[in-house]
Amino acid sequence: MWTWFHKLASPPHFYRLAGLWAPWFLGLSLIGMAIGLYGGLVTAPADYQQGDAFRIIYVHVPSAYLSLMAYVVMAVASAIGLVWRMKLAHAVAAGAAPIGASFTFLALATGSLWGKPMWGTWWQWSDPRMLTELILLFLYFGFMALRANITDRQRADKASAVLALVGVVNVVLVHYSVEWWSSLHQGQTVMNSEATMPSSMLVPLLVMILSFSLFFGAVLLHRLRGEVLIREANARWVRRLVQEGGSLEAAK
Amino acid sequence: MREPTLRPVATFATVLSRELQLAYRRPADLLNPLFFFAVVTSLFPIAVSPLPEVLELIGPGVVWIAALLAALLPLSTHYAQDYEDGTLEHYLLSGQSLVAICIAKTVGLWLVAGLPLVLASLVVSGSYGLAPSTFGVMSITLASGSYALCALGAVAAALTVGVQRASALIALLVLPMMVPVLIFGTRAISLTATNMPAKGPIYLVLAVTLLAALLTPLATAAALRISME
Amino acid sequence: MMEWLAMGGYAFYVWTSFGLTLLALVGNLVFAKRRHQRILVELRHANSVDEAEPRGGFQEVAT
Repeated sequence: MWTWFHKLASPPHFYRLAGLWAPWFLGLSLIGMAIGLYGGLVTAPADYQQGDAFRIIYVHVPSAYLSLMAYVVMAVASAIGLVWRMKLAHAVAAGAAPIGASFTFLALATGSLWGKPMWGTWWQWSDPRMLTELILLFLYFGFMALRANITDRQRADKASAVLALVGVVNVVLVHYSVEWWSSLHQGQTVMNSEATMPSSMLVPLLVMILSFSLFFGAVLLHRLRGEVLIREANARWVRRLVQEGGSLEAAK
Repeated sequence: MREPTLRPVATFATVLSRELQLAYRRPADLLNPLFFFAVVTSLFPIAVSPLPEVLELIGPGVVWIAALLAALLPLSTHYAQDYEDGTLEHYLLSGQSLVAICIAKTVGLWLVAGLPLVLASLVVSGSYGLAPSTFGVMSITLASGSYALCALGAVAAALTVGVQRASALIALLVLPMMVPVLIFGTRAISLTATNMPAKGPIYLVLAVTLLAALLTPLATAAALRISME
Repeated sequence: MMEWLAMGGYAFYVWTSFGLTLLALVGNLVFAKRRHQRILVELRHANSVDEAEPRGGFQEVAT
């Protein structure tokens, strides 16, 4: 088991494996999305209160879930990178950030599109979830801005890792404080019926969450290949890979 | 030649007295945030409305946000100055407790940039027509909140040592992290203004500050080591 | 079919949401793949410069 992990952490090995795995992640996620979308858009009945508008849940909730998951991945990878000085872990953190930011934005946009017909406004400042997502987006921006502004890659890796760890404590505090705050303003929320959802609605949602996670994995693997190459730019295997223009396609 | 290793408390005292001496010699560091705070808070009545009921409503929030922004100003030089004149390298090579040094610098920053803002905020609150009964809560929460800002700001300052145009970056890193303190701090003041019990949010401000005060020196010290590698 | 597309009067909100999501997913995948390709190209460039001037070497790729 350990030797397997060691092998996985070796950059050339990982680079090759990531290239092999990415299509599988992508393929499975696309199949899952097709099933989830059919279930969510066709077979699930319209909500008795929200009508067909509730179907936005099938993209909104998976995006919101991934926006948080990506942050957790980023923070855990940062901790591993700092403690065990593992380059690959820093690459994971760097690769997860832009994907997480894009899903955070997506969660906000679809939440807004859901809120308009339900609340009558595109944006509700008193909704704790939207506010938390907004702060989360700013935290992603901070992480990426810090990386972009530090030219030395090793320093950027470690500095952004420290930031991610401080940020993860903060996300928890922001979540609870915003929840407390909005309870004072009678914040209404679009979805409070998750627990009592019938399985014809719930199952497609779970399938969509799983498919989105697989998709996240596929994109992360692609990003990791780039990140690994940058970090190993002067290693012999990268030079060989780059020189052999022909086998480049084979390695892909 | 090797300097003797001091106990952390002695290190703390030495660095803190150095920080205060430096501030004494450069009064601009003390005055710039205050002037900024005064200007920003006087623009709100002009831009929003001078009506007493409006000012009373927005007062706590305006004072808090202006204080946070003012306290951000000195952060971009907090470690950058020590980095440029070589002091930071001495600190790292001295063998003294880096965490103690970081805490001392944070406390120094708070004494110079945070506490004066608390006094200034009372004057501004008075001009906004906030009830004098809120002044006690305002002082406690702002004093505590500004320390949290200094502590979190120190991490950002340490991470961006030697980075070009760090001040905007520091603001982007620190301000989202101030949301919990901002929520509880402003809430405590508005509750007091309407004669409601405000103990809960006051304790929460103090708790978040305590958490920041305990955890951030470790992150700051780690960030300095990374930045100086 | 038309009834399904109308989404009970919420067509605009539902289909915009799903369209945005599609755009974000495709964008994520395309950007990730393209970045990998670009890094490969830039590395090849750096290497060919390297052969002419052995002291150099790869420094930095724009992110």
